[in-house]
Amino acid sequence: MRLSPDEIIFWQSGFVKLNATIVFTWVLMAVLVMASILITRRLSRDMTRSRWQNLLEIIVTGIQDQIREVGLKHPRTYIGFIGTLFLFVAMSTLSTIIPGFEPPTGSLSTTAALALSVFVAVPIYGMTERGVGAYLRSYLEPTVIMLPFNIISDLSRTLALAVRLFGNMMSGTMILAILLTISPFVFPVLMSALGLLTGMVQAYIFSILATVYIASATLTQKPSPARPAGET
Amino acid sequence: MLIDWFTVGAQALNFLILVWLLKRFLYKPIMTAIDTREARIRKERADADAIKADAETARDTFQKMTADFEQARAGLLQQATDDATAERQRLMAEAHSAADALAAQRAKALQTEAQALATSITDRAWDEVFAVARKTLNDLADVRLEDRICDTFVHRIQASGDQPDSALSTAIRGTSEPIPVRSAFDLSPEQHAAIRSALHDTFSTDAELTFETAPRLIAGIELTAGGQKLAWSISDYLSSLKASVGETFSARDASQAGPTADADRTQEKVSA
Repeated sequence: MRLSPDEIIFWQSGFVKLNATIVFTWVLMAVLVMASILITRRLSRDMTRSRWQNLLEIIVTGIQDQIREVGLKHPRTYIGFIGTLFLFVAMSTLSTIIPGFEPPTGSLSTTAALALSVFVAVPIYGMTERGVGAYLRSYLEPTVIMLPFNIISDLSRTLALAVRLFGNMMSGTMILAILLTISPFVFPVLMSALGLLTGMVQAYIFSILATVYIASATLTQKPSPARPAGET
Repeated sequence: MLIDWFTVGAQALNFLILVWLLKRFLYKPIMTAIDTREARIRKERADADAIKADAETARDTFQKMTADFEQARAGLLQQATDDATAERQRLMAEAHSAADALAAQRAKALQTEAQALATSITDRAWDEVFAVARKTLNDLADVRLEDRICDTFVHRIQASGDQPDSALSTAIRGTSEPIPVRSAFDLSPEQHAAIRSALHDTFSTDAELTFETAPRLIAGIELTAGGQKLAWSISDYLSSLKASVGETFSARDASQAGPTADADRTQEKVSA
């Protein structure tokens, strides 16, 4: 049984190969970029605007609000990275309804690449926001003894990000394939719908976790103000 | 092996490219559109606030002007009312004054007319009485009026002697100064002698008599001594006639003044 679209190789020359993961990723990228170009080509700056522009504005402002709610005060700095994470994973999940389309996020290579991107982006944003010294010192907090644990924490959460997304996407695809072989068509449709739901949830979880990691890296530790009596 | 490291690197690169592309073609245009719209909305709101502030200012100004206008109108109306009242009172006072003046003038004219009429009647009565008496005396007794007057005066002197204790008798007897005798006409020496004789016989006095002519006595003779006077003249009759005519006119004026006064009082009530 095929567990990952990486195994579908269209072309290979030594180490370099062109598998289904990369190709379908390009397809998704093309769809996203073309849709963006088409919709933003005639953006209205007046009070009346098209429904597609409304959809995009809702999505973009929704992502902005989510980033702000997590605690990042300047969401526009991070919306390129976090918003693209969400849109890519969400579009990848949505693409599962197209017969024959292999979602790129069903490949552990893709999820690992995304997790690695987060793993790299977090310190970059942290150092940009707080300075290199301040960010590196955060690994020594609260004590020096915590340094290895902090490093292990970073690595483990990156691994967890990759495996969580891969496991969910792969399992959905696998369950669909297995059900198609043993049951009538109606039940796989329901499972496919459930897979869409879990995929969207995973897209939200992945991007929110990335936001939380970036927020924890960029926020400066400040003494918290005294809470009013009765507040929990 | 589930992880293909070439694919991992390629996907990471693909992801970074996608980030750049979406920033370029999605986030930036959308953000710009939103920013532009929000700026426009802010500007419109600011404009609306400014217009509202202007409108409120204009409204306040208008209300203040209206209040000032109402106050000024009320003040002008009050002033006009006061002026009208004062003017009315002034005109009423003028009318009363004019009415009073007219009434006084009318009363004075009536009085003057009455006096003129009385004078005219007196003059005509004098003339008529004098002429009738003269003509009667001439026709009946062939006696001049002046002679009869003198005789009458002599008789009156003699009659005064019947009351020796009267003030006239005392005055004539007690005077040592010349006694003036005035007459409306020139007395003849015989009449001088008759008067002197009558005085001497009646009052036993040797006082000198001075004879004067006084036309205002009107066919009469008078004698003055010690503040007492003895006289007879047609003027006395005429005086009594004049008094009678005067009383007649006074009664008529009173009867005419009554309705006129009532009419004046009625006019004052209407004006109030």
